[in-house]
Amino acid sequence: TSAVMAAACGRGLLAPLAGRLRPGPRAPLRSVAAAAPLYDVVVSGGGMVGSAMAAVLGHDIHFQDKKIALLEAGPRKEYDHMPDSYSNRVSSISPGSATLLSSFGAWDHVCSLRLKPFRRMQVWDACSEAMIVFEKDDLDDMGYIVENDVIMSALTKQLDAVADRVEVFYRSRAVGYTWPLPSHSCDTSPWVQIELSDGRRLQTKLLIGADGHNSVVRKEAEIKNIEHRYDQSAVVATLHLSEATDNNVAWQRFLPTGPIALLPLSDTASSLVWSTSHEHASELLAMDEESFVDSINSAFWSNVNHSDFIDTAGAMFRSAISLLKPSGTAVRQLPPSVAEVDPESRAMFPLGMGHATEYVQHRVALIGDAAHRVHPLAGQGVNLGFGDIACLAHHLSAAAFNGRDLGSLKHLLKFETERQRHNVSLIAAIDVLKRLYSTSLAPLVLLRTWGLQATNALPPVKVRI
Amino acid sequence: QLSLFRLTMKRLFSASHSSVDSKEMKKFQLLAHKWWDEEGEYSALHSMNDIRVPFIRDTLLNMSSNYHLGNPLSGVKILDVGCGGGLLSEPLGRLGALVTGIDPLEDNIRTAEQHKSFDPVLDKRIQYKSSSLEEIVEECMETFDVIVASEVVEHVADLEMFIKCCSQVLKPEGSLFITTINKTQLSYVLGIVVAEKIIGIVPEGTHEWEKFVPPEELERLLESNGFSVKTVNGMLYNPLSRSWSWMESTSINYAMHAVKSGAQGQSSPTDALSEMESEQPLATAGTTM
Repeated sequence: TSAVMAAACGRGLLAPLAGRLRPGPRAPLRSVAAAAPLYDVVVSGGGMVGSAMAAVLGHDIHFQDKKIALLEAGPRKEYDHMPDSYSNRVSSISPGSATLLSSFGAWDHVCSLRLKPFRRMQVWDACSEAMIVFEKDDLDDMGYIVENDVIMSALTKQLDAVADRVEVFYRSRAVGYTWPLPSHSCDTSPWVQIELSDGRRLQTKLLIGADGHNSVVRKEAEIKNIEHRYDQSAVVATLHLSEATDNNVAWQRFLPTGPIALLPLSDTASSLVWSTSHEHASELLAMDEESFVDSINSAFWSNVNHSDFIDTAGAMFRSAISLLKPSGTAVRQLPPSVAEVDPESRAMFPLGMGHATEYVQHRVALIGDAAHRVHPLAGQGVNLGFGDIACLAHHLSAAAFNGRDLGSLKHLLKFETERQRHNVSLIAAIDVLKRLYSTSLAPLVLLRTWGLQATNALPPVKVRI
Repeated sequence: QLSLFRLTMKRLFSASHSSVDSKEMKKFQLLAHKWWDEEGEYSALHSMNDIRVPFIRDTLLNMSSNYHLGNPLSGVKILDVGCGGGLLSEPLGRLGALVTGIDPLEDNIRTAEQHKSFDPVLDKRIQYKSSSLEEIVEECMETFDVIVASEVVEHVADLEMFIKCCSQVLKPEGSLFITTINKTQLSYVLGIVVAEKIIGIVPEGTHEWEKFVPPEELERLLESNGFSVKTVNGMLYNPLSRSWSWMESTSINYAMHAVKSGAQGQSSPTDALSEMESEQPLATAGTTM
């Protein structure tokens, strides 16, 4: 019988999906594995995306009798009340992400803490007059600026609500993963084995990697990652405006060194995300508060990068458009001016892009930054992660209701296809935009000027964005 | 001890009256280890779960008024006849049912036992037994809420006895689910020539056209043995997408749901009506072939 089994295993490896069903050289002995507790799903990484994934599954009706675990390397943070000052790490939450968060009760918590809806988004170029304005026809909210801490507080609350189904392991870092053989013999366990830093072991039918752009799950699963470090860092800070205003517009200006964005937090405060070269970022952090504020105002208001040629060409194009499509041009508004920066709120972090060639393998799935990392210029990062969650949870819920083995590639591949189809074009577009706007060379400026003006005039394209 | 002796003697002497066909058993012996390779010889059966599990689940949910969406088949006792490696028993177990899987081939049972042993929840909910249906009748009279005989009746030697045994181990008003292959020219061409010989999605020699069962005959046998047939649905396999779907026509594969009549063999008015209906197709059965 062992010969037949070996032959069966061999044939399994030659099957079409063989590349995804990696044979682990260290498939664990059954006797060793038997002692470790078995979970239906383990989510590795307790950030916004990992915590939301665990919470969504924990609140899913078809997961009522399932066991879920969430592994987080850091300690449990208590978010009893928000400090008066705003945190410098914020995210732009799309309406779709808000819908996901409200599906398991987290959005209510966010609303009761604090958030800022915005209705308009103005994006313009430092080298020309071109700009594009996004806003919804029905004056609905386009999106929300929420502090990451607020989201985490809401997620933690909702995880506590399903503590009987979701076990959260704080201060737990996974140090090793053992992958099962696709067609296992009676000596080896069919589950994924996880070893924690304190020596504890877990087994799971499905491992979800939500451990960020340096994902250990992805590396251990030997999934190739296409990655590129940008020569840019992002500087974040919490700013106070010169005067109170409606502040329901998100502003972004493309400078030759990188985009600078002002995201509303309240009528008097906004969050800064300024992507620029590493050197300039360090300078910005080092300079005194007054100079810092001056740099920001000048970045938004100064026209020093304009050239007459570009201005004329842009103006010509704009008049051409207004002949063809009178409503296609809009008046450019000026962003509010900044008066102060919150002390201690300045920070910087390096930027890069990344995309995993595969999102899934037998009993493994990647979501969030572990699967894809983008430049913040489009405010999409965490929204892509929430989109991954909505899709994966949908497929896992259906699989559970059909009595399927949760780690089966069949439905995991459906998740991968759906998300890659959605993500790849968006990630590529963001990368192209980043490169296109990183120059002040006239031809490229002209190209993007006209492109931006044209896009502003064409409703179908704008709606898609 | 005495009952074991009796059982063994019964087995030896009633071989000719058993529903198990020894030639069929030999065919499956060779493939006993291939059950759980989702891309292997049994891949079509694996994908059949995508329609037969929802069919069973939804039919049972519709008939019952109190259920838990999180554990839809909780407490339901199911007999999986001809369970093979447990491909259907496991999903039913995951949905909360208490499953007894029987198969005459010991190697199949061994494979099934070994596969479920790694999951403590399934290990508790599913019991496997190497046995034929007749052998468990005595100890299991009116024990099960549901019997599932999927891709089995085209392999049994005596179909009427098989159905009679099903009736004996099923509780009154219990459900019987059967999936099998029709006996038509189309099923010969697609089910044997194409499936076995040309594209090889079914191991060669698995099926014999002579033993295929037309739905009219199955319905007749069921109705005359205390069952009321509730649903008949055609099924279609797409080898390109490797997936099953429902279809109007039952000319190739089909699924049937029947309910055992209530206590004292009372038949409802609808039973009498369906008996009349099922007699009609017999007259035309000869012409379809």
